Amino acid sequence: MIAVATSPIAYRVAASLLQVAVVLVLGPLLLGLMSKTRARAEGRRGAPVVQPLRDLRKLMGKERLRSEHTSLVFVVAPFVVLATTVVAIAIAPLITTHPALGTSADVLVVVFLLLTASVALALAGLDAGTAFGGMGSSRSMTIGALAEPALLVAVIALSVQASTSNLPDIVAGTLAHPAWSSSPTRLLALVALMIVVIAETGRLPIDNPDTHLELTMIHEAMILEYSGPDLALVTLGAAARLGLLFALVANLFFPWGIGSQGSYLGLALGVAALVAKMCLIAVGVAVMEVHTAKVRLFRVPELLAGGFVLAVLAVVTGLVTR
Amino acid sequence: MTEPPGARPAASTKVRRRGSLQLRHVDVGSCNGCEIEIASAFGPTYDAGRFGARLVASPRHADGVLVTGVVTRNMAGPLRRTLDALPAPSVVVACGDCAVGGGIFKDAYGVEGTLGDVVPIDIEIPGCPPHPASITDAMRSLTGR
Amino acid sequence: MSLLLVALGLCAIASLLGALLPAPARVTSSSVLVLAASCCAAASSVSALRGAHVTSVHSTALLPLTGMTMTLDPLGAVFVAITAMVAAAVSIYNLGYVTGALGSRSASCLLPVFVLSLLAVPVAASVATLMFFWELMAMSSMLLIAVEHRHRAEARDATLWYGTMTQLGAGSILLGLLVLTIHGGGQSFASIAAHAGALPRVARSTAFLLVLLGFASKAGAVPLHAWLPKAHPEAPTPVSALMSGAMVATGVYGILRVGGDLLGGGTLWWWVAVAAIGVVSALFGALHATASSDLKGLLAYSTIDVVGLVLVGVGAAGALSVTGRRGAAELTMVAALLLLVAHAAFKGALFLGAGAVDRAAGTRDLNLLGGLARRLPVTSGLFALATLTIVAVPTLAGFSGEWLLLQGLLHGFGGTSTPTLITLLIGVVALALSGGLTAVAFVKAFGIGFLGQARSAGASRAVEVPRAMQLATGLLCVPCVLLGVAPGLIVPWLSRAANEGLHLRARRPVAEGTSLVLSRFQGAFEPLLVLAALAAALAAIWIVTSLAARRGRRRVAAWGCGREAQTPRMQYTATSFGEPLQRVFVDVLRPDVDLEVTHETESKYYEQALAYENRVEDAVERSVYRPVIAGFRRYGDAVRGLQNGSIHRYLAFGFIALLVVLVVLA
Repeated sequence: MIAVATSPIAYRVAASLLQVAVVLVLGPLLLGLMSKTRARAEGRRGAPVVQPLRDLRKLMGKERLRSEHTSLVFVVAPFVVLATTVVAIAIAPLITTHPALGTSADVLVVVFLLLTASVALALAGLDAGTAFGGMGSSRSMTIGALAEPALLVAVIALSVQASTSNLPDIVAGTLAHPAWSSSPTRLLALVALMIVVIAETGRLPIDNPDTHLELTMIHEAMILEYSGPDLALVTLGAAARLGLLFALVANLFFPWGIGSQGSYLGLALGVAALVAKMCLIAVGVAVMEVHTAKVRLFRVPELLAGGFVLAVLAVVTGLVTR
Repeated sequence: MTEPPGARPAASTKVRRRGSLQLRHVDVGSCNGCEIEIASAFGPTYDAGRFGARLVASPRHADGVLVTGVVTRNMAGPLRRTLDALPAPSVVVACGDCAVGGGIFKDAYGVEGTLGDVVPIDIEIPGCPPHPASITDAMRSLTGR
Repeated sequence: MSLLLVALGLCAIASLLGALLPAPARVTSSSVLVLAASCCAAASSVSALRGAHVTSVHSTALLPLTGMTMTLDPLGAVFVAITAMVAAAVSIYNLGYVTGALGSRSASCLLPVFVLSLLAVPVAASVATLMFFWELMAMSSMLLIAVEHRHRAEARDATLWYGTMTQLGAGSILLGLLVLTIHGGGQSFASIAAHAGALPRVARSTAFLLVLLGFASKAGAVPLHAWLPKAHPEAPTPVSALMSGAMVATGVYGILRVGGDLLGGGTLWWWVAVAAIGVVSALFGALHATASSDLKGLLAYSTIDVVGLVLVGVGAAGALSVTGRRGAAELTMVAALLLLVAHAAFKGALFLGAGAVDRAAGTRDLNLLGGLARRLPVTSGLFALATLTIVAVPTLAGFSGEWLLLQGLLHGFGGTSTPTLITLLIGVVALALSGGLTAVAFVKAFGIGFLGQARSAGASRAVEVPRAMQLATGLLCVPCVLLGVAPGLIVPWLSRAANEGLHLRARRPVAEGTSLVLSRFQGAFEPLLVLAALAAALAAIWIVTSLAARRGRRRVAAWGCGREAQTPRMQYTATSFGEPLQRVFVDVLRPDVDLEVTHETESKYYEQALAYENRVEDAVERSVYRPVIAGFRRYGDAVRGLQNGSIHRYLAFGFIALLVVLVVLA
């Protein structure tokens, strides 16, 4: 098995910081790209791809309002959401197989950091003391209760194949054994993971990110009370989560292009490869969104249960074909 | 299919143009004619979204309100509460003749007043109903694109 | 060992003082003595875990017929340490908590007895000693639950359920141990362990199964758990914390001691059965926790969930050890023990916090709580920390246990037999699912209970509880953080206990340093570095936001769509929060839903009032226990038909019985 901590510390820290910067900028751009794709499919010109970045900049200049019922949780939650997502991005193998803290970049760590962000936001929704916040929290946690296990088991299927649950090692293993990429385990895990990623990032057919009707909201309902820089942090956190999940799908299943030698040129190539892969996935998801209607809320668990079963099948296949 | 952008209208001095505008629509007593034109303004033919404008669900997320209709007695309180829920800086856009000056419902029995009686108006979009191009031009003056 | 005897003595004196002294002094003196006893016990267990020589004590003073033997070895020391940790916090909590019925002589006398028995069970080294202290534990806890029986019918009900099930369990354990004693030629554990190899296969399996029934029931494993969701909420809070933190651990201890140590590992299907029980418990407990709207009931079901995960670890470890994978077995065993220690800490803190809420707001019903975060800042902060721990936020104790367990299960996959493989796979699935459901349950518990607006008058008038209660809860939050950022501190000790429990004889500890860097497998988690990264990220984001934000904060009314009246009743309640998940699992939970509509007198198209009731009953109780109890009742009624009051019939019975006996004897 390929050990992770063989590069100099300067390289690894630079790689992690570059990863964070790339995903924090690319996340909103991907959202803009997906909106543009949907707009074109609907016959409109659509807002420019950089529009989400403009929205974030404008939000920083706005006032921060806080409901009279809220406590410290409401104030702290946006920071927790963004910080946990940033740390998950920093340690995941996105542009290099040797990120900083790569030895701790475990499946469970990344999944539970994302779960921490979900929990923080759900608590903030309840803290507002309104009906909408509770509704958003309840729905978001219900979907998370079924999506997080499926995410965990799908990536464990990859761990079983690579005999380690360390993400950079899984990516390095896939690079070393290209035959793994076409194994039935991988294909099942990929389908399961795509279903979960759609649920976790709140895209159609599970959640409509552009809805104005509170009764159809899931993620949006939790953040109805946020304004100004707090809203910017929460939106950036959601965009970064989308970027991280797309990037993980790209690199766990199709890692070619990732920097694995420890050179800075490899990092640059890794960034280019990551951007290309993420844009492809984003456009693919947007095209699928255009052709799908939103699934009724009480049918979503069936969809996620299907994803979970596929993930378990992936693990079983991996064990059987060892 | 979308109309070409046309000349950029003069930028409004009411809010700093940053290419991004989110508005919360409030119907205080409209016949829904203006709403149909607003929907058309954000639709494929006029596409106000390509200039950075968007309608949002919560006033906390919004830079201002887009008000249609004349202020009826029952909606005066909710309108004031919506305005209180906006974070500074904010704009008030009056859309349609009813919001601007009362229109054909001025002095009716259920009407409390025009929008100008409740709050200072920043942008006026005249017309009954206003043309989607006028609505789009008003958006563009606020976003500066 | 001598320190532990001192601890036991201090508990006995505390109990005596609690019975004899007048009102304020009895609580203070017994609490202080129990605290001192816990410290002594903790010191003694730490020295045993660090490798001190194992000593034994034998005396015929208390049980003249059979004698009493006690041995403090590393495996027992882990459980003594768990009890000491929880008992120390509980004794401090008592100083601020006790009022009314809880300050009575019986309560002050019995609590130290309960602590004494909890400390003594893990060091018992003979069947008689174990059964004596086991029964003492059961009796004292049962009487403590009944403390408020005059005021609450649920307390009487809980006492009855708990008493019945614990006695049946004790009987089962006694039978199993007697089978071992008969074949083992002596009732001390040493002689049983020495003769274990010579036992016939059937006897060993029977003994293990009987013992498993009793210990699994005490640990709260499904389907023998029915007493737990009734007893833990109804007991006074200090007793609940001890029961949930320390008493369920003794159930796990029993399984380890008899199956692993005395019977030397056993056969594969024993451990697969333990793991299967664990999986069912984990999923069942987590699911019912999401459906519960009683704060303490939610915590009780969550105990069932975590104990299920621990049993999955124990079963997997046993299975791996029997099939020869010693490294993976030790790793899994250490994970199970770490999870148990972490559970005692965070569940104890959660129960103590729930007790504080109950005292401050006057109710345990989540549907009537809310808005406590601003009125009870310290209690809310500590409860939040414990909630984050149980939800397994990385760098806290719950995550360390779950991470280690997952590593153990994953690394056990290579080259094992098919039953073990299936066990490990289902264990992984249970771990994943229960994690998701636990998150829902605890977001509900903290979010609905503490955040938002107060939903009742009691909650809106809540004031912060006495300092002693806050201090006690804080004391239990310390291990939550410590075991999260530096779990490697106790991993060598747990390794020693695991080797003991399963006779593994491994040489290197499972992990090195203060982090979890596995020494025999590829896998590592360094919590300190991750915590530093999180702190750095938070600081960076805060600095950037403060510099870039141009305007300040302002407090305004909540946004309710411009509605005029915004009442606390418009918020989500605990029932509504869990409703979508209840719909998903409606076939398992089968809630009783009732909607009563009162129409206006003028027209039946207008509704005057709506009453909605949603009740989720324990699924196993409804489908297994009630039919069994109903069956017993029917049998009893049928047999009672024989007693119709007629003297002639009774004389006829006697005559026939005499005839039968004479025929049989002849």
